[in-house]
Amino acid sequence: MANEPVAIGVDVGSTTCKVVVIDGDGAILDHRVEPTHPRIEQQTTRLIGELSATLGRALPVGATGYGRQRVFGATRVLTEITCHARGAFCRVGRAAVLVDMGGQDTKIIRVGDDGAVGDFAMNDKCAAGTGRFLEVILGRLQVPFDEVWLHVSRADHGIAVSSTCTVFAESEVISLVAEGQELDGILRGLHESLAKRVASLAGALPPDASVVMSGGVALNAAMVRALSSALRREVRVLPEPQLVGALGAALSVR
Amino acid sequence: MIGVVGKLGRRRLEYEVVKRLVGPLLTEVESARARVKSFRKRGHQPKGPFGPPLESARKLKELMTRHYLEGRYADGAVPVAWVTSGFPVEVLRPLGFHAVYPENHAALCAVQRVVPHLSEAIEQQGYSRDLCSYPRADLGSVVLQETPVGRLPRPDLLCCCTNICQTTLYWYRALAAHFHVPLVLVDPPFVYGEAKPHHREYVRDQLEELLDVAGKVAGRRATMDEIVEVTRLAREGTLLWGECLAESRNRPAPWTGIDGFFHIAPIVALRGKPECNAYYRQLRDELRHRVDKGIGGIRDERHRLLWDNLPIWFDVRGTATLLAERGFNFVCTSYTNAWAEAGSRIDPADPLGSAVIAYTDIILNQDLGKRYATLARLAEEYTCDGAVLHSDRSCKPYSIGQLDLKQRLAKDLGIKVMVLEADHGDPRAYAVEQGHGRLTAFMESFA
Ligand code: SF4
Repeated sequence: MANEPVAIGVDVGSTTCKVVVIDGDGAILDHRVEPTHPRIEQQTTRLIGELSATLGRALPVGATGYGRQRVFGATRVLTEITCHARGAFCRVGRAAVLVDMGGQDTKIIRVGDDGAVGDFAMNDKCAAGTGRFLEVILGRLQVPFDEVWLHVSRADHGIAVSSTCTVFAESEVISLVAEGQELDGILRGLHESLAKRVASLAGALPPDASVVMSGGVALNAAMVRALSSALRREVRVLPEPQLVGALGAALSVR
Repeated sequence: MIGVVGKLGRRRLEYEVVKRLVGPLLTEVESARARVKSFRKRGHQPKGPFGPPLESARKLKELMTRHYLEGRYADGAVPVAWVTSGFPVEVLRPLGFHAVYPENHAALCAVQRVVPHLSEAIEQQGYSRDLCSYPRADLGSVVLQETPVGRLPRPDLLCCCTNICQTTLYWYRALAAHFHVPLVLVDPPFVYGEAKPHHREYVRDQLEELLDVAGKVAGRRATMDEIVEVTRLAREGTLLWGECLAESRNRPAPWTGIDGFFHIAPIVALRGKPECNAYYRQLRDELRHRVDKGIGGIRDERHRLLWDNLPIWFDVRGTATLLAERGFNFVCTSYTNAWAEAGSRIDPADPLGSAVIAYTDIILNQDLGKRYATLARLAEEYTCDGAVLHSDRSCKPYSIGQLDLKQRLAKDLGIKVMVLEADHGDPRAYAVEQGHGRLTAFMESFA
């Protein structure tokens, strides 16, 4: 039933912990996002408790993410791959390719026309191509996250950053700055090189495949644009992209 | 070196005592202990997702323990050869060689999780961590003189066949430099399509040369009758191993693919010996009995998977449990199957000619099309609804092309396929949590 809270979803990611309350249609009625605390049990119990207190009753809980096994009282525990697919399917209602760029990994998930996971590829071996990678480099360049788009949109071309290893890219970017290269061009080049890496992870996509994006990095418009051009198609950012995994977890116990 | 053989000295005496008295005695003690244990446990239903353990597992342990125990006393008593897994060992057996399989030994080190320790010893000498973990473990074990099996006998001869990879050649050269013993090489050309007659001739010449070298080290040449007999035994053992594997075509499969990874040891290390065949006869009968009774390797078999490549030795149990808890079983693996195929081509009627074919046409020495055909055939014969292709950081020749194989298997057979990035021996190259997460996501996609 619309607007009637039916389930809670918890997504304990490496960087942030997300909790949502959904109604029977999958609309998010309430949510919390916090940096993930090392004591996951306590944090998730508190967040679920807060939301339940607001609702005045307990709801079934679905858990996902790296810390999913440590969510007390979860009715169902599923991997973030399945939950992201379910969350994305609920939003788009048809087959799609989901690019989820989170703090620790990047996932490419082919969601079938029944909402099931068709196939997936992941970069979880290193920080390159993840939110963490961008965070490190932006920190080094002292560019606040909300100014990234401004810089990138001002650059008329990207300055090639060939390394995609966080450590090497960081020193490469520093040398480019030292050479006197424009910050705007460096940032654009950085996003382009990252997007190429993600595109190669995605492999050959069918020409008619629609691509949607989730995860914290989807809030970075420069990354979305770079990815669109690397994949040569429109990349649609899902509403509340950070909450797609938690939404999928909640849907699984709806 | 030639004088070593036949000299019934102190070493030989010790060796014979261990082989004929101590080994059998330990086996008896061990089986008596096991009988007491199983008597105490009678009526207890094993917990967990697996079916009752295989009775033969105990026999396997005894067999391999005796093999390594004899090995400790072999050097100085009988000629000792260190041999790659795909080497035509049939030529050595009649000469009384004790054959050590460094790969088998390295797998044992991997199961015991000592590879990082052994590997570090040679990494410090400049060997790269990118090398296969088998040679790293083995060379580390040689340098440190440490092994979980107590002691490996010093080789008199090194026997390398590059039909599995070129790494073996560099590895055995390093061993030759360390031990100052001869290295004999059998180098079958990589096969695209079918092997050409001149390829076969080239391999045959090398086998003839091998007969000479092995004969010089052992002090006499093997007669053709002896080679025929060992070839017969090796073929029979291979066919028996194939029969064991084939029992998993039944539903439920009477054992797990993971069991198969362990029970492969005799066909690798004791091929051509009567005790190897006796063992597989017992195992096959036990599996048949389980099939008749409907006993599965896992309690609730809902999905049947194919595994490609070597196992993740240090996490075999963890992987199997994760899967079994959700009703998944690896009912066949291309790795265990390879050992049922190669030896079945050898023929006592033409030992050398058939050895040329058997040892040239093995899975890692063939093009991707052949590998695909093998995987597709196995998936169909064992009615698999999914496949996990282990992209093994150590074993590049086995892992190359898996992305193409994955796409073809999924498209042609309509089964779900995933590539799992891991390593067969070095836990430093595999994040267990992430690997299990991926396997879990893969299993969830069957819902
Ligand atoms: S690279 Fe592969 S074939 Fe070669 S020794 Fe290692 S595991 Fe064996």
